[in-house]
Amino acid sequence: MLRYALLRILGAIPTLLLVIAIAFLMVHAAPGGPFDSERRLPPEIEANIERAYHLDESLPQQFVRYLKSAVRGDLGPSFRYREFTVSEVIGGAIPITMKIGSLAIVLALVLGIGVGITAGLRRNTFLDRLVTGVAMIGISVPVFVFAPLMVLVFAVTWKWLPASYAGSSGADRLIMPVIALALPQIAYIARLTRASLIDVMNSDFVRTARAQGLRTTSIIRYHALKPTMLPLVSYLGPAFAAVLTGSVVVEQVFGIPGVGRFLVTSATNRDYTLVLGITIFYAAMVIALNLVVDVFYAFLDPRIRRQ
Amino acid sequence: MNNFRHPNKFGAHRLLSVLLITLALCACGDSGPEPVQGSVLNRGTGEEPESLDMHKAASTSAGDVQRDLGEGLLGFTPDGELRAAAAERWTISDDGREYTFWLRPNARWSNGDPVTAEDFVYSFRRLVDPKTAALYVKSVGSIENAGAIIAGELTPDSLGVSAIGRYEFRVRLEHVVPYFLSLLTHPSTFPVHRGSVETYGAAHARPGNLVSNGAYKLRDWQLGSHIELVRNEYYWNNAATAIDRVVHFVSPEPMAELNRYRAGELDTTHTIPPESFRQMIEERPDEVRTSPSLAVNYYGFNMTKPKFGENPKLREALSMAIDRETIANEVMGRGEAPAYGWVPDGTANYTPRRFSYANLPKDERQRKARQLFREAGYGEENPLTIELRYNTSNVHQRIAAAVQAMWRDVLGVETKLVNEEFQVMLQNIVQKEVTEVFRLNWSGDYNDAHTFLSTLESDNPSNLTGYHSEEFDSLMDRAARQTDPDRRKVFLAEAESVVLRDNPVIPLYFYVNKSMVSKRVRGWGDNVLNYHYSQHLRLTTEE
Repeated sequence: MLRYALLRILGAIPTLLLVIAIAFLMVHAAPGGPFDSERRLPPEIEANIERAYHLDESLPQQFVRYLKSAVRGDLGPSFRYREFTVSEVIGGAIPITMKIGSLAIVLALVLGIGVGITAGLRRNTFLDRLVTGVAMIGISVPVFVFAPLMVLVFAVTWKWLPASYAGSSGADRLIMPVIALALPQIAYIARLTRASLIDVMNSDFVRTARAQGLRTTSIIRYHALKPTMLPLVSYLGPAFAAVLTGSVVVEQVFGIPGVGRFLVTSATNRDYTLVLGITIFYAAMVIALNLVVDVFYAFLDPRIRRQ
Repeated sequence: MNNFRHPNKFGAHRLLSVLLITLALCACGDSGPEPVQGSVLNRGTGEEPESLDMHKAASTSAGDVQRDLGEGLLGFTPDGELRAAAAERWTISDDGREYTFWLRPNARWSNGDPVTAEDFVYSFRRLVDPKTAALYVKSVGSIENAGAIIAGELTPDSLGVSAIGRYEFRVRLEHVVPYFLSLLTHPSTFPVHRGSVETYGAAHARPGNLVSNGAYKLRDWQLGSHIELVRNEYYWNNAATAIDRVVHFVSPEPMAELNRYRAGELDTTHTIPPESFRQMIEERPDEVRTSPSLAVNYYGFNMTKPKFGENPKLREALSMAIDRETIANEVMGRGEAPAYGWVPDGTANYTPRRFSYANLPKDERQRKARQLFREAGYGEENPLTIELRYNTSNVHQRIAAAVQAMWRDVLGVETKLVNEEFQVMLQNIVQKEVTEVFRLNWSGDYNDAHTFLSTLESDNPSNLTGYHSEEFDSLMDRAARQTDPDRRKVFLAEAESVVLRDNPVIPLYFYVNKSMVSKRVRGWGDNVLNYHYSQHLRLTTEE
């Protein structure tokens, strides 16, 4: 298992390099630059600025310069936030995005699995249809509709919760962002769990267990739950990635200083180094999550372990 | 039956408890703006400032914070009148080119050091030094030798600034600049603390390092969240500062900012979103503050295209066919003023010129536009198709659609709307290859007609239409050489008349500054530049 994980980590290096190269080319190919505005600079001032930020060098020279320092862990200064390095910008934002993302995933798992099992065991009843219907709405309503609506109701009208992350220093500022992020995931996980449970409950080994006289609760708890989780585990990697990237909208609405918000602003600001830094972070996250999911999958499913 | 043992290594309850523990752990350890004693003002500041280094920032949001942190030789009153700031008085030589400033002997930096003439000499030199790579150098571009230093031909110490005594600072200009005093209110001309710059270099403007000379000092900066300032006890006029702590919250989304205001988290906003303006006027009329702004929204012609560059009648017809009242009142509706000229009302020492047809009835105007359009060589037999380019935004999309309809109804022009991300559009405008008609705006850097008119001078990099008129350039040149303000005003007005005759741009409307200001905030003055120094504000207990 360790050897497998190590090989996968080594294999991630060329993937990351490729991602950096493509992101570098794309961000430099985008029209405009980090210091462009309708207030055009006189050529001599423009030249001074380009020199200061090495933008006067050729693209391959800039790429090599970037790669050399990135390998040493130095992602360079942000072009937009001139007093901060990219590592500082991302370093401050990652914990916030991760915190809200993890909480959303935890909430989505707890509620999604619970609801999914309830619906799966009471198949084709009113409860099942209600849960499936609500889940459908959860998947369909976009976050950018749901999140501002929550702010309007819970912060502006009822004043129960802060309207923004910065509006409070307590844990209450996490409630709305976490719910907004978790909602589509709850719906998705519930549907996935329901379908998977129905499938497992109809399988041969469950029928055998029933024939042996085991109670339904024991069957679910000891035999059906684990195989039910399999499709869920393979969904968890993409789900976590979706929660992290999905946080872009949530971070805008709730004013959360997380990575997603910087990803958007850095792209529009043409903050080359910050775009690259955040791309590297996201790429590394997706690679790592997939690895974790694969390892976890092997742990859950003995058939994969044997392979 | 190996499969039927009870493994329970991965029981649901165990998973649940792990998840709940994670939840509990994650919910702890939050850090926000720490509560402190004293009065606190929470301001919405819009975009995140790019820097707090006086020489590295150019955005309005950075300026708002920098005006709280630092202080230039001059400042503004809440109503937008020039006032003495770090300099208590000044004289101007007879030829209008030499300014002598007497600094306040009691002025102090936030670490207690005295603010001296040497500080200003050092700061002005740093601003023009190519190594600083400052974005906003034009504020001092007229000082003797500034151009040659920026171009790398002379060293910064040859700049025309000197410290005559400990508190006497002298500036020598290359030519007369009648609005030079108002340039000295811009944060790029504020002093930087030499010791901190030399110790910390580029990091001197960060919390813990920044030494400032204004009413407030920097306490904290959480990127993406807020910048926190606290009272500078060493400030020479500290006794007049009412508010102890000011938090500038980053609020780039106007709707999210308004919600924060309505939830009571902000005392002031940096703008009011168009879709909520009328609602706010109805619900909270006393809290909506508007004032004319020194900014114009316009459509520019790509004058390098013969279709427009060589057909002044077509340009005039297209401009005349636009019903500016409808755009300002119906499409915008936040108090914007229809723009029948290039220089906004409220510009100091100036009487703006207006289109000759400004007061004509709508029908008459449209009839004249149609006549000009025919004289320009277009009509049913020779229809015109135009491409109108604007940056992606709801407001600009709505205006473009309205103009498209007006051109079609009045002149029969077919308009193709193209929206692009701002930087993409800007690049296209600069390259002048694909662009025909484009949307941009211009906001004044200082309160003088020159900031608007100079953008149409042939050699100004910000002249993005490619307009070139020797008559206009010569009038601007003559205005620049005038020491008599009345004569200068005449030349500037004549220059504006030339622009209104040539129509390289279609001014649409003049912007309006709009903010929500809580009833507990007092001292908020309405002014064209939209400057609101926190040191002029105070808080009451009224809600």
